[in-house]
Amino acid sequence: MSYKFDFAFMADRWPDFVAGAWLTIQLTVLSIALGFALGTLCALVRVYGGPVLRRLVGAYVEAIRNTPLLIQIFIVYFGLSSLGLKLSADVSAVIALTVNMGAYSTEIMRAGIQSIQRTQLEAADCLGLTRLQTILHVVLLPAMERVYPALSSQFVLLMLASSITSQISVEELTAVANNVQSDTYRSFEVYVVVAIVYLVLSALYRFAFWAIGLGLFERKRRLGTPL
Amino acid sequence: MNQLGTNHLLYLLVAAQWTVALSLIAFVGGSVLGLAIALMRVSKSGVVRAIASGYIQLIQGTPLLIVLFLSYFGLGIIGLKLVPLVAAGISLTLYAGAFLGEIWRGCIEAVPKTQWEASDCLGLNRAQQYTYVILPQAVKIAIPPTVGFMVQIVKNTSLASVIGFVELARAGQIVNNSTFEPFVIFTCVAAIYFALCYPLSVASRTLERRANAGR
Repeated sequence: MSYKFDFAFMADRWPDFVAGAWLTIQLTVLSIALGFALGTLCALVRVYGGPVLRRLVGAYVEAIRNTPLLIQIFIVYFGLSSLGLKLSADVSAVIALTVNMGAYSTEIMRAGIQSIQRTQLEAADCLGLTRLQTILHVVLLPAMERVYPALSSQFVLLMLASSITSQISVEELTAVANNVQSDTYRSFEVYVVVAIVYLVLSALYRFAFWAIGLGLFERKRRLGTPL
Repeated sequence: MNQLGTNHLLYLLVAAQWTVALSLIAFVGGSVLGLAIALMRVSKSGVVRAIASGYIQLIQGTPLLIVLFLSYFGLGIIGLKLVPLVAAGISLTLYAGAFLGEIWRGCIEAVPKTQWEASDCLGLNRAQQYTYVILPQAVKIAIPPTVGFMVQIVKNTSLASVIGFVELARAGQIVNNSTFEPFVIFTCVAAIYFALCYPLSVASRTLERRANAGR
């Protein structure tokens, strides 16, 4: 093999990579937060809502989970703009990622909410908790604690999937890599660097979600046992 | 500008065959690799276990898109021609292998420990234990999540469009370039993907319910 690896481009292009990684973080943190909120709401509707709303949420979840994210991004960015709704690439990316995250969180949170037994709701009623208090403290938090491992790995998967937004010219990490490789022709090296950055990012996200989980679930922090 | 017509839809359907073909390549390749990874993950040797789990961490911590670019440009480095189908096949195999390996490890570990002990008592060696006792039971547990993962494979073949392989997603882009009706076209493309994936999703759920019914 006569190929010589050459990472010299890093000397003056590293700020681009940092900027790309920062945009990736911003996009994904925003989409994860919005998508999780959407998913939680949909999961509540899916379990406690009326038949029509339940059906609607079910259709939403199935439609998103059975089509590729790439096509969803194209529909939001190219499709909506051809219908007259012009959105910037960044906004389209956040919308598509949020809608995608929402569908997956709905399924995960639904499993968690369904694991809350009826007796818990009756007990909350007897204690005189309001509806909102019951949903928040008796249903959502314990439900989230049960499915937290699945949730956080879905969040990491979304971060990785955000690389697809490079296809609609969002200048995140993968798009930066595409630019640098077309300037320098060091394609393989560029993607090796970016792969490492993504590995670091996913480790970072896993650590962050572990820390958030520790802060969120007091019972687990004290006892260390799964619910 | 070209008017969107039945020919375009036909073109999409023909391209969808490549999506199916690529999915099958990825599934077959990923199964072979995944089985090896799963067996390595439950190996007695710590080094073998560490290699397998390192591999899984590596693939599950990088976007498939980057793996795709790495195999596409990596082929050039080792002096091979850049064939999109080969690059896509390799990267989807690597991807599916890591995920299936992790899923199947769980299934192997879900076989009760007593089965290992009983087959030990019968004097079976490790290879015999796997072939006659453990794997037949693990396969039963593995079918629903494996069918569910096939949905991910079909969806992820859409990324092969990025390196110029003409499957369904790329065909959608090509039709869009000539007709410029992105909303209609990409909705059609999404519908075709849905038609491929939804039966798999339903099958996975049904199989899972049936598997749990006995418990």
